[in-house]
Amino acid sequence: MYPTEVIRIEKLNKEFYTRKEKVVAIKDLDLSVSEGEFLCILGPSGCGKTTLLRILAGLEKQTKGKVFMRSKNPEKPLTSMVFQGDSVFPWMTVAENVAYSLRIRGFPSDKRLDIVEHYLKLMGLDKFANAFPYQLSGGMKQRINVARAFVSDPEILLMDEPFGALDEQNRLILQQELLKIWDGTGKTSIFITHSIDEALLLADRIMVMTAHPGKVKAIVPVDIPRPRDILSLRSSPRFATLFREIWQLLQEEVLKAKTTEFKA
Amino acid sequence: MSLLEEHVYKNIEQMNIVIKEEERKPKTKLINKAIILKFLTFLSPSLLLVLWELFARWGLIDVRLFSSPVMIFKTMIPMLYSGELLYHTLISAQRILLGFIAGAVPGVVLGLSMGLFPPVRASLMPMVAVTFPIPKLAIMPLILIIFGLGETSKIFTIAIGVFYLVLINTMAGVLNIDEIYLDIAKNFGASPFQFYTTVAFPGALPMIFAGFKLGMGTALLLIVAAELSAAKAGVGWMVWRAYDMFDIEKMFVALITMAFLGYIFSCLLDIAEKIVIPWANNRR
Repeated sequence: MYPTEVIRIEKLNKEFYTRKEKVVAIKDLDLSVSEGEFLCILGPSGCGKTTLLRILAGLEKQTKGKVFMRSKNPEKPLTSMVFQGDSVFPWMTVAENVAYSLRIRGFPSDKRLDIVEHYLKLMGLDKFANAFPYQLSGGMKQRINVARAFVSDPEILLMDEPFGALDEQNRLILQQELLKIWDGTGKTSIFITHSIDEALLLADRIMVMTAHPGKVKAIVPVDIPRPRDILSLRSSPRFATLFREIWQLLQEEVLKAKTTEFKA
Repeated sequence: MSLLEEHVYKNIEQMNIVIKEEERKPKTKLINKAIILKFLTFLSPSLLLVLWELFARWGLIDVRLFSSPVMIFKTMIPMLYSGELLYHTLISAQRILLGFIAGAVPGVVLGLSMGLFPPVRASLMPMVAVTFPIPKLAIMPLILIIFGLGETSKIFTIAIGVFYLVLINTMAGVLNIDEIYLDIAKNFGASPFQFYTTVAFPGALPMIFAGFKLGMGTALLLIVAAELSAAKAGVGWMVWRAYDMFDIEKMFVALITMAFLGYIFSCLLDIAEKIVIPWANNRR
C-alpha cells in the first residue's frame, strides 16, 4: 500500500446463490482510496454498490479477492456506516440514537452527552434531543443517522444513499450540512448515490460502476475547488462538462441494465 | 339551470349550512358524542343485569342454577366485610403473580436467545414445538407427584403455561426486528450482550408484552385447575368449594372476583406497557 492509501481493493468478487442460479454481484473490482478522500460511487440499480459498501463495513464477506484497510488509530472504529433509508432505532431517543456508538464502546453516560451535544447542535437536532423518532420527519431522522456515524468518529465513513429517500429541498440542505461537517473533519468517505449533482457536489473522485456484474467502468476526478456550494457549482462551466461526461458513462450502463433485466 | 344542476346546487347549499353549524360549536358536539358512547358502555351491561333479575323473579330461569344479581350481591356483601373474599383473592393473586414471574422471566431470556442465535433456536425448537401443544392441565398430575401438594405445584402449573406463550412471542418479536438494526449494531461493534440490551430486547418489547397478556389469560385459566386439588384457599378453591356445597351464589361471587382479578391484572400490564414502551405511543 502507498503511504497515503487507506483502502486498497484487489480483484474483489462477490457471488450470491439464489435458488435458481449463481448471481455475480461484483466482478474483479480494483480500487484504491487515499486518506481524506471523498469518493462517490455512481452506478445503475443492482450493480453491487451496496454490496461493496457492506463488505467494507464488515457486514458481508467477499467470495474472492483482497480488501486492505489501514487503521491509524486502533482506539477509533475503522468504519461507520450511514444506512439507506430509515435506520434510526425507534426505541431510543434522538440523543440516545446519536450516542449509540459511544454506548457500545462503554463511554460513561455523562461523557456521552458532552460529545453528542456538539453534533446535535451541528445537525439542528438539539431541540429534539429527548424526542422519540416517531415524533420526527424523515429529514430529521436522516440527520440522526448522519450524526450517529460522525459521533463514532470512524477512520472511514461509509454512506449508502443517505439522502435517497428525502425530497429535493431537504436533500439540498442536508448535502450542504454534510459538506460543512466533513470539511471540519476531512474524513475518508465513500458515498453511494444515484444523483450526479450530489456526486459532483461532494466528491473528490467519482467511480462509475458497470451494470451487473459490478466492475469499475471509470474513475472521474472532480477538479472543482472547495469549499463548494450548490449555487456556485451549478453555474460553473466545469460542472456542465463533468455532468455530461458522467452522464454519458452512466447512460450506457443504465441502458445495458435495462436489457439484461428484460432477458431475465 | 337543469334539474340535476339544481339538485347538486341545493345539496351544496345544505352542506354549507351543516358545516357552518359545526363551526359554531364543534366542541360541545364532540363531547356529546363521547358522553353518549360512555353511556352506552354502561347501559348494555346494566340492561343485561336488570333482565337477569327480572327473569329470575318472573321464574323464567331456574334460580337454583342461575341465581340472580340481587341474591349474589346479598351473598357478596358479608364476604366483603368479613375479609373472607379479600383473603382468598390475595392468595390467588399471589399464586398468579409468582407463577407469572416464574414463567415469564425464563420465557423472555430463552425467547431472546432463540430469536438471536440460530444454533440455539435449532437445538431448542424441537423440544418447544413438541411440548407446547400438551395441555398444561394434562401435566398437572405429574406436577403434583413431583412437587407435592404445596404451593410449589400450583405456582409451577401457572408458570409453565405462561412460559410457553412468553417464549414464543418473544422469539417471534426478535425475529421480526428489521435486519437493518442488527446491521447497525454489528457495524458499531456491539458485543453479544449489547445485542441483547440495545436491539433484541427493546425491539421485541411490543411482542413480549403481547406474550405477557396472553400468558396472564392462561394464568387465570390455570389458577382454577391448580386450586382444584389440595388447596385450602383461593378464588379457584372457592368455586370448587361452592360446587361441593351446591352454593350457587358463592360460586358466582368467586367468578365475579376472578373477572375483577383478570381486569386488574390486564390494567396493570397496560400501564406497565405504556411506561416501558413510550416510543410506541403513536400506535395507540
